[in-house]
Amino acid sequence: MAKHKISVTINGAVREAEVESRLLLVHLIRENFRMTGTHVGCDTSHCGACTVHLDGQPVKSCTVLAVQADGAKITTVEGLEQGGKLHPVQEGFHEKHGLQCGFCTPGMLMTTSALLERNKNPTEQEIRQAISGNLCRCTGYVNIIKAVQYAAEKMR
Amino acid sequence: MIPASFDYHRPGTLDEAVKLLSSYGDECKVLSGGMSLLPMLKLRLASYAHLVDIGRIQGLEYIKEEGGFLKIGAMTRQATLERSDLIRSKVPILADAVSLIADPLVRNRGTIGGNVANGDPGNDQPAIMLALGATLVARGPKGERSIAANQFYKGLYETALARNEILTEIRIPVPPARSGGAYAKLKRKTGDFAVAAAAVQLTLNAKGAIERVAIGLTNAALTPVEASDAAKFLTGKMPDDKTIVEASKMAAVKSSPSADRRGSVEYKKEMARVLTERALRKAVQRAGGK
Repeated sequence: MAKHKISVTINGAVREAEVESRLLLVHLIRENFRMTGTHVGCDTSHCGACTVHLDGQPVKSCTVLAVQADGAKITTVEGLEQGGKLHPVQEGFHEKHGLQCGFCTPGMLMTTSALLERNKNPTEQEIRQAISGNLCRCTGYVNIIKAVQYAAEKMR
Repeated sequence: MIPASFDYHRPGTLDEAVKLLSSYGDECKVLSGGMSLLPMLKLRLASYAHLVDIGRIQGLEYIKEEGGFLKIGAMTRQATLERSDLIRSKVPILADAVSLIADPLVRNRGTIGGNVANGDPGNDQPAIMLALGATLVARGPKGERSIAANQFYKGLYETALARNEILTEIRIPVPPARSGGAYAKLKRKTGDFAVAAAAVQLTLNAKGAIERVAIGLTNAALTPVEASDAAKFLTGKMPDDKTIVEASKMAAVKSSPSADRRGSVEYKKEMARVLTERALRKAVQRAGGK
């Protein structure tokens, strides 16, 4: 089986790798690039813990082949913070206690940061819909909603 | 979970893709958004020696109105359909369905072509294609051919597409005045397939009677089901309460679901009836009837 030389821009840095066809994007990120902020949860494209931005769109990286991302721009949770300053959603999750165990958090942050790029003033319903592909088993989502509302206000 | 080994191909043109499919035959599968295929490969429910990724072929991602048809490129993402005003205004039945498919993250990758051509009866868009009387355009070694949606589904994961054909476009006749459509779906949770779902598209005449109607059912058998008896019964009749109730019963009779964790056969048939009734009422209302 032939290997593929791929190149991606991840959190602003160009990285190259030689990958098997079947390597999943989440494993490229975690194992090849050693960036473990992106989590593997269910591994069946349900839970959303592996969410990253692929060319600006939040996607489940356990269900994308690394080779499909060749040439793409990827942002992971490590790329949200800019110049030592937390992204407003990160600050919101901190301020409003939007997590308990923290396992779903990287995915939640990636999905909600993408939502706020597209919609500066989401309603509670729109936030709930946006995170309907991200499962949290601790919080009951209440504080996650508050965290996103906090971030939205901060970004306006 | 890691899929079994395969070779990945990324053709730049449709012709190149068709050539690859022709040379690898049964060992080969088209990769579109990958939202059904990759989980199947990871769970090892399927394996192919070759995947042909059509994701980088230019000109397969569009929604346009042309010559009385709404033409949708096969690589058009579900999220793009969801945000399209053209879809919402011309075929609300499709807008109803898209936001019920999987979840928003999956819809950023998943494509209408994949949903339609996959051949899984749990996919939502096949039943809608039946209701809309859509035409599916495929490209193969001999060029392009059109297949009516009601001739497309042959069995579980079996469609009219040959091994070396690729679905490229979906053509939906733009519904005339006094038309309405609706999709009613019951699912246990976000991301789940339908327990049952019904797609209804109809046109009323000037007197308010049903001039044309088609009904498609999701997850009601090994293929999407067209409830043609119910449609025939409805044609020419005023869409009153009694008629809608009777037609819904007839549609449910056509469903032959199997029992699984989503429910018993009896329950699923009953849900097919209820959802057909709801979709019929909403379609009539959208068509401007009562």
